[in-house]
Amino acid sequence: MTKLVNEFNETDMTAPAREMLEKAGHSRRNFLKVAGGLVVGFSTAGNPKKLAAQSPVNPTGMVNAAQVDSWVAVGADESVTVYSGKCEFGQGFSTVQLQLTAEELSVPLSRVKLIFCDTGFTPDQGTTSGSQSHIAEFGPGGLRQALDTARDALMQLAADWFDTTPDQLAVKNGVVWPASDATQQITYGQLLQGERFNLIMNSNAVPKDPSTYTILGTSVPRVDIPAKVYGQFLFAHNVRVPGMLHGRVVRPPQVGAKVMSVDQSSVSGMPGNVKVVVKNDFVGVVADTQWDAIQAVSALNVNWSSGATLPDQKSLYTWMVQQPTADSYTVNSGDVPQMLASAAKTFSAQYTHPYQMHGAIAPSCAVADVRGGTGSNATAKIWCHTQGVYPQRDSVALVLGIPNSNIRVIFVEGSGCYGLNGADSVAYDAALMSQAIGKPVRVQYSRSDEMTGGESYGPAYVVKLQAGVDASGQMTTWGYEGWSLTKGNRPNATTPGNIISGALAGFPTPPFAPAAATPPTTFSNNGNTACNYVTGVVAGKPPGGTGTVASQSVLNHSIASPFFTGPLRSPSRLQNTFANECFMDEIAFALQVDPIQYRLRHLADPRLIAVVNAAAAAANWVTRPSTKPSALTGVLSGRGMSCVLYEGNNGYSALIAEVTVDTSTGAVTVTRFTTAIESGPVSSPDGMKNQCEGGVMQGMSRALHEQVNWIATAGVITSMDWRTYPVYKWGDPVPVLQTIVINNTKVSQTGAGECAITLSASAIGNAIFDATGVRIRALPFTPTNVLAALQGGS
Amino acid sequence: MPTYQLTVNGVPVSATVDDPDMPVLYFLQDNLQLNGPKFGCGVGECGCCTVLLNGQPARSCQTATSDCDGQTIVTIEGLGTPDNPHPVQQAFISQQAMHCGYCISGPMLYGKAFVDQNPGATSDQILQALGQSQLLCRCHAHSRMLAALTLYAQGRTQ
Repeated sequence: MTKLVNEFNETDMTAPAREMLEKAGHSRRNFLKVAGGLVVGFSTAGNPKKLAAQSPVNPTGMVNAAQVDSWVAVGADESVTVYSGKCEFGQGFSTVQLQLTAEELSVPLSRVKLIFCDTGFTPDQGTTSGSQSHIAEFGPGGLRQALDTARDALMQLAADWFDTTPDQLAVKNGVVWPASDATQQITYGQLLQGERFNLIMNSNAVPKDPSTYTILGTSVPRVDIPAKVYGQFLFAHNVRVPGMLHGRVVRPPQVGAKVMSVDQSSVSGMPGNVKVVVKNDFVGVVADTQWDAIQAVSALNVNWSSGATLPDQKSLYTWMVQQPTADSYTVNSGDVPQMLASAAKTFSAQYTHPYQMHGAIAPSCAVADVRGGTGSNATAKIWCHTQGVYPQRDSVALVLGIPNSNIRVIFVEGSGCYGLNGADSVAYDAALMSQAIGKPVRVQYSRSDEMTGGESYGPAYVVKLQAGVDASGQMTTWGYEGWSLTKGNRPNATTPGNIISGALAGFPTPPFAPAAATPPTTFSNNGNTACNYVTGVVAGKPPGGTGTVASQSVLNHSIASPFFTGPLRSPSRLQNTFANECFMDEIAFALQVDPIQYRLRHLADPRLIAVVNAAAAAANWVTRPSTKPSALTGVLSGRGMSCVLYEGNNGYSALIAEVTVDTSTGAVTVTRFTTAIESGPVSSPDGMKNQCEGGVMQGMSRALHEQVNWIATAGVITSMDWRTYPVYKWGDPVPVLQTIVINNTKVSQTGAGECAITLSASAIGNAIFDATGVRIRALPFTPTNVLAALQGGS
Repeated sequence: MPTYQLTVNGVPVSATVDDPDMPVLYFLQDNLQLNGPKFGCGVGECGCCTVLLNGQPARSCQTATSDCDGQTIVTIEGLGTPDNPHPVQQAFISQQAMHCGYCISGPMLYGKAFVDQNPGATSDQILQALGQSQLLCRCHAHSRMLAALTLYAQGRTQ
């Protein structure tokens, strides 16, 4: 049927190579001793005629990303294997990487095999996150450069063979011939004969011109979908290791509670040979089967201390602006107060956004096989769905007290994660339990483990905005002041305490340190707080923004969060775009100008202008200002728009939402989303469309439904399942989705996965206003909240 | 330990379990090593664990193994194979109707069961039917899944 991606099958290796790997066991630490000087020579061992392409095994566990052989191997059997550090979560990037390989090497797609995210075998490309995969693989030092270097080397070999120069050659399907004589041919496999390239990446290698793409730029069906449809796909949740036991975690009932004592006798004699694992405040049970472990969790008696003090949820936003802060300016022209004082008209508003969660459909899961306890002779192998196998390896090394070179972390796909869900935490959990028991342990979270004791939330926000306009309505100044919360982040080599399991196991979460803002030296819009309409001029440097407003101040306050926080799809950019783009709409309405026309007056970046115009055209946008309805009765309809340059440099998108608002119930229904997106050359038009569709819909779920709830007096998070953390569900109205994909082959590839989701909340908020004349400045737009706003008027 | 006789994807199997109340999901996943039905919530709020029990969609995370004695279970593995695909599977592939695909047992099996009983069902009817049960797709690929199920209702795969 289909190629199964990411199957690094050790049995595919040549016999000598496999033997060496087996002798090295779990550890590559001793591998050099075993393999000696042959380490680099796997692909030359055995019969070259039958030899499949192979990457070197790296004894240190580190892969030299400057070496072409670390990325691509061409077998004497014409097979092509590529090794990458960017993984698949259902966003389609494994298929894109296959397309990229086939395109740059001029080989058929079916000939390419992709191995990704396996420490010691694939290059360390950090985490697969932040819509950075296209930028990384198509950019300097990435997969494309390795492929282009390899292609140039193959063409030079062919030129030598035919006694000509590479520019006199033609190539197709991995077959090369002199352009003048197609009767002479030689294949890549024949040219390389199973040898390695032994080349350093060439930063001057020239990629194919995107306007000539024949494989990239086409809607190649995703390679992972058939296996998923037939139930044959191996998720991390389906990894089965011989002798594997099943673990479950026991989390503190209150946030921040500590273990006082654990009554192991409470589970003694239960079915399944139950064992209890305790390390500081980490508690887990291990049993023969999942069901045994689940029963043991219910029975285990743990005496916990009382938890930490939580802020009252009802007054969260008031509390937030009173806390000690760590401050930074994204931009500060220094004249905003004066410009506001001299403006013909001024505006101000405060927007708020709740904590939200990733809410992965799959509770996180990992399997760990730790042998030899701790120290330099111990080893560990971990199968998990982390976004970063190397950061996971380097941080779990501290958790286990095992050198990172003795640890192999293998990515196996989980469900969509949308950021820092429980993937890294559950890998620690499985590793801790396996280490204590001395056998392989699989741990899968319960639904409430994932939601209240596994993942790291997207932080709440308070945003205060000010703007001034001149007599003609032109905006003359923009002031932003925002508060967000932070605790921990992605784990790295020094901070396993950045996530819940590491902190429970006794590793410190880096403390929050208040700090005053210093004048910015460069416009870094990756802070995700500046709006589209400022110039972004900092320290006299060229404008870094997309707008025309020169008087600008963007002041960011970070405060300590009571809950662990981490990147959630469109981190900070979504929350701030809700505020910035709704505020822009407020001003357009006050001036009685069409909201798209008002935006266009203040945009300078032609690519952002292009997506705004494309969305407007596709949605048949009629130019008019919003008007207040004469009465708030019945079902009202409206339209709203929003636009963004994601992260200030990573994909242009505009969205128009059409909604109805039932004024008797407060129910908001999105009837249509029209999205326009431009992220440079498109790899897969249908894949990009699929990402945008899921993005706007997930953004709609977050806008209409989602908010993490807690009870401060009880010290508990109450959002622990899908009834207490409701999301968009099957049966809710499905909007008509129209997506305009703009293929811009004149610029570099950028990301696309987080563009559209950024815009849903603001576009819906603007559409609610267009329908009702009521501006709602707090999310989510639940019927209760909307009804209260309608009754309160505005 | 009690033993129960089940038919899973057309094959007779014996389930010997410690606890008759153990949800059959764990028997399917761990004993039979099936990958289709998945744990999502354990309380019937998401549908990832959906199987067809005697032809009707059921939550395997909430169905005791003892209640499956003498019953017939079909998972998505049992619908069709790459060599002999079921039309609803073909429709999901042609529509590229997923992101991660972890939830797929829910919409595919509830949708199939409804359409089989209501041939020619419209998109709205299918959506309404799926809304009768609590089903989730967290990647929010609903529009494509609904398009796939609507094609299936029309006797088409693409």
